[in-house]
Amino acid sequence: MRIGLFATCLGDTLFPEAVKSTAVLLARLGHDVVFPPGQTCCGQMHVNTGYQREPVPLVRNFAEQFGDASIDAVVMPSGSCAGSVRHQHEIVAARYGDAALRAGVATVKAKTYELSELLVDVLDVTEVGAYFPHRVTYHPTCHSLRMLRVGDKPLRLLRAVEGIDLVELPEADACCGFGGTFAVKNADTSTAMLQDKMRNVTATKAQVCTAGDSSCLMHIGGGLSRIRSGTRTLHLAQILGSTRTAPYALTEAAR
Amino acid sequence: MTTTARDTVLGRIRDALALAPAPAPAVPRAYRTGRTLPDAERLALLTHRLLDYKARVHPCTRDRTAEVIAEVLREHGARRVGVPAGLDERWLGAYDGEVRPDSADIPAPSLGELDGVVTSSAVSCAETGTIFLDGSPDQGRRALSLVPDLHVCVVDLSTVVVGVPEAVARLVPERPTTLISGPSATSDIELERVEGVHGPRTLAVVIRTDA
Amino acid sequence: MSTFLGMPATPPRSPYGTGNLRGERKFPKAAHDELRNEQLRRNLGRATHTIRAKRIAVTGELPDWEELRDAGSAVKTDTMHRLPELLEELERKVTECGGTVHWARDGVEANEIVTRLVRATGSRDVIKVKSMATQEIGLNEHLEAAGITPYETDLAELIVQLAHDKPSHILVPAIHRNRDEIRQIFLDGIPGVDPGLDNVPAHLAAAARAYLREKFMTTKVAVSGANFAIAETGTLSVVESEGNGRMCLTLPDTLITVMGIEKVLPRYQDLEVFLQLLPRSSTGERMNPYTSMWTGVTPGDGPQDFHLVLLDNGRTAALADAIGRTALNCIRCSACLNVCPVYERAGGHAYGSTYPGPIGAVLTPQLAGMHAAKDDPNSSLPYASSLCGACFDACPVKIDIPSLLVELRHQNTEQAGTTAEKLAMKAAAAVMKRPTLYTAAQKAASLSRAVGVGGRDRTISHLPAPLDGWSDSRDTAAPPRQSFRSWLASAEGAATMRAAAEEGARRTDDDHQEEQ
Repeated sequence: MRIGLFATCLGDTLFPEAVKSTAVLLARLGHDVVFPPGQTCCGQMHVNTGYQREPVPLVRNFAEQFGDASIDAVVMPSGSCAGSVRHQHEIVAARYGDAALRAGVATVKAKTYELSELLVDVLDVTEVGAYFPHRVTYHPTCHSLRMLRVGDKPLRLLRAVEGIDLVELPEADACCGFGGTFAVKNADTSTAMLQDKMRNVTATKAQVCTAGDSSCLMHIGGGLSRIRSGTRTLHLAQILGSTRTAPYALTEAAR
Repeated sequence: MTTTARDTVLGRIRDALALAPAPAPAVPRAYRTGRTLPDAERLALLTHRLLDYKARVHPCTRDRTAEVIAEVLREHGARRVGVPAGLDERWLGAYDGEVRPDSADIPAPSLGELDGVVTSSAVSCAETGTIFLDGSPDQGRRALSLVPDLHVCVVDLSTVVVGVPEAVARLVPERPTTLISGPSATSDIELERVEGVHGPRTLAVVIRTDA
Repeated sequence: MSTFLGMPATPPRSPYGTGNLRGERKFPKAAHDELRNEQLRRNLGRATHTIRAKRIAVTGELPDWEELRDAGSAVKTDTMHRLPELLEELERKVTECGGTVHWARDGVEANEIVTRLVRATGSRDVIKVKSMATQEIGLNEHLEAAGITPYETDLAELIVQLAHDKPSHILVPAIHRNRDEIRQIFLDGIPGVDPGLDNVPAHLAAAARAYLREKFMTTKVAVSGANFAIAETGTLSVVESEGNGRMCLTLPDTLITVMGIEKVLPRYQDLEVFLQLLPRSSTGERMNPYTSMWTGVTPGDGPQDFHLVLLDNGRTAALADAIGRTALNCIRCSACLNVCPVYERAGGHAYGSTYPGPIGAVLTPQLAGMHAAKDDPNSSLPYASSLCGACFDACPVKIDIPSLLVELRHQNTEQAGTTAEKLAMKAAAAVMKRPTLYTAAQKAASLSRAVGVGGRDRTISHLPAPLDGWSDSRDTAAPPRQSFRSWLASAEGAATMRAAAEEGARRTDDDHQEEQ
C-alpha cells in the first residue's frame, strides 16, 4: 500500500523520533511510505483557538499535498491532528472555502487515519514484530478516544509487543489537561488536571507512559520531568518501532 | 398600538428561525416499547426495584388484601389513617384503628394529624420501581398521599407494566399525576442518599396477585 | 418592525438576556482562586466521582440507551424548529384547563409579572421549588426588594440561601459544601434549631424538614420552574426527589410556574423518552423519587389559581444561530458537569453564571452575549475547556458541546476585532502555508538549541509570558538537532528507510510463501 505520511508540525519540528518510528514501522511492514515535501500543519491549533479564516491556506495545502489518487491512505502519529482533518477541515472549507476546497477536503478526509487505526483497521495487523521489555502504561488521549473512537486498538497493538509489561493506568480516560492553548489560557486548571494525571501515572510504577499523540505526551512528559518522576514518555510509534534487532535504548528519566 | 410581550416573543422566535432555517428532523423511536413479561417476572422486577430504593414491599393474594393492609398499619403503629373517598372499603375491613375518609374541604395541614394513608394506584412501572397515582377516586387528591408520614400504596399486579413507555401510554394526561419511586430522598449533602425528607418517610407497597 | 417595499429584510437579532448570566471576572482569574480552595476541590472531586459511577451503572442497564438519546435529541431539535406553533398550542391548552399564561421578554419583565401576581394574593411569603429559570432572572432578589420573602425549599437551595451563597451546580447547588459546613450554616441560619445538631446527613435533612414543614402548611403562594411542558395537552412537569416540589405544587392556593420557552415538548408521549433520560443522567437513579404532572387547574385538588410565565431572556438570541441553538436542547441534567475535568477542579462559581460547567460555557455566552459588557467575562467561557469531549458522551440529548465551544471561540474571535493573538495566528498561518518559510523557521528552532537554549538535560524550565503559566509546572524539551524532514533527506535517513523497506520486502515475500 502507498501511504502518505503526515509528520504534523509538532512531530516534524519538536518530536521527530515519533515520526521516524512511524515511517520505519510502515516500511518494515512492507508499505511504500511517501512524504509529500510541501506539507506543513493541519491548522488544528488555529481552529481550536477560534480562528477559521487564517487556517484556510493550511487546509488547502493539506488537501493538495495528500489529495493525489496514488496515495491510498494518509497516516499521522497524532489523534488530534487526525481529528482535525476528519472533523474540522470540512467546517473551515464549508465556511470560508470554495467548491474545489470542499471537494479536496472530502477526498482526503475519507482516507485519513491515526496510526493505530491504520494498522488495525486498514492494514489488519496487531502484531508488528515489536520488542519492548519494559513496564509501560498507556494514556488514551481524548481526541483518539472520543473524537476518532480508536477504542482499544492501541492497547491491542501494545499487548502484542514482545516482552512488554503493560499496566493499566487508573482513570485512564481522564484528560491530561493539555488542550492546546487551553494549557496556556487556563494554566492553573490545566496544571490541576496534569497533577492528577501524573499521580495516576506514577502510581503504576511504569518506566514509560505512552500515548498516540506527541502533544499530550509533551504535556505529561513536561510535568513528569519537572517533578523528577522516574517515568518518561514515549510515543506509541516508538514502542511499536522497537525491535529485537534494533531495540529502543531506554534511558533513565531525568531525576 | 402597543406590542404585547406575547407578540414580541413569538415574533423573535420566527425571526430567529428565519435567520437560520433548518428542516425539522424526523424523530427516530427505535427504543424499546410495548414490552411484556409474565406476571411472575413483572412482580419480581418491581419488587427488586422498590426494595432497591428503600420502599417496603408486601406481596399478597387479592383475597388477603385487608389482612395485609391491617398488618402493615399495625407494624408501623398507625392508629389513625386517611383514605380516599373512593377506596374499596373492604380493604380496611381488618384494620381496628380509626379510618378517616378524605374530602376536599379538609384543610391540607390537618392531614398531618393522620398516622398514615392508604391509597390505590393507577399504573406501575416494574423496570424503574415507579408507582403512578392519577387522582382517581381510589387514589384521592395529591395532598392526601403527601402530608402523612406513612403511605401504604396498593398495587394490583394487573396494573404493573414493564417499562416507562408502557406506563406513559396508560396515563390520562389531564389528570394530576404523581410518580413515586420509593420514599422521599435527597442526595444534596455530599451526594450521599438520605431517605425521608418532606414526602412520606415510609412507603409500603402492597402488591396484589392472583395466587 | 417595518420593512421597505422591495427590500428583502434580514430579521433583527433578538436582544440578550438579563440577570445572573455574567460573572465579575474572567474564568481563568476566578478559577485561579477557586483552585486554591483545597476543601472545595476535595468536596467536588468526591461528589463528581460518586455520581459518575452511579450514572454509568444505570445508563448501562438499558440496552436501548443510545436509541433513547437519539430520540431525545431529535425531539428537542424538532421542538426548536416548531417553537412558535408549540408555544401557542401550549398556551391554548393551559388556558382551556383553567390556567393563565404570561409572556416575558426578559428577566426584568418576568420578575415584574411574578411580583404582581404574588402581590395580588396578598401574601408576603412564597415557597419555592428549585428552579434554574428563576435563579437565572434573579427572582429572589427582586421579590425581597418588593418586600416579599422567598423560601427555598430544596435542601441544597436552602443551604445556599441560608449561607447567602450562590449555587455552584445545576442539580446539587450546594455541592461545594461538605457536611460540617452545612451543619454550621443550619446552626447559624435556622431559627430554633437544636444546638446539639451533628453533621450526619440524615439529621441535617431532618432539621430542614422540621424547619420547612410549617412553611409548606401555611404559605399561600408557590413559585416553581418546569422540567417539561407538553404542548398537545398543556401538562407541566416537575422532577424532584425530596417531596418539597410536591408540597409546593399541591398545598398552596396559587402556583406560579416560570419556564424557559425551550422547555416545551410536542407530545405527551415524549415523556416516555425524557422520563428515562433525565433521572438516569441526572442523579444516576432509574427514576427520581417524585415527579409531578399537572394540567391547568383540577377542582378539589391542588392550587386553584395557576399561572405559567413563558420566558425568553436571550433564548431567541441563541435560537438564531443554526449551530449554537442546539445548546437550547439541554434538559438541565448536569451530567456534563459531573464528567468535566475543568468543572471538577474549578467548581461552578468560576463560570459566574447560573449555568456552570460545559453546558454553561456554551449556553451563557449565547443567552447573554460575549461582548455585551466591558471586557466581558463571558468571552472567556468558551475557552474554559480542554475540548476533551467527555461532556458530549455524557449528554442525554447528544449536544455536541466540544464543537459548540469551538464554534463560539470562532464567533468570539470574529467579534473581538484585531488582537495580539489574532495577529500571531495570522503570522503563524502565513509561515506554515509556505513550506520554504516553514522549513526556515524549523532551522531557526534547531539553531536555538545550538546556541544553548535549554539548561539541564536540554530542557527549558522557564518561558516568558504568556507561556509562563505553562512553564510554571512543566519542562519543555529544547528543539531537537534535526527536524524529521531534514533527517529523511539526510544520508542517515535514506539508509534507515532503505533498510526498513528491504526488511518489509522480505516480510512480504515470507507472507506470500506462507500463503502458498
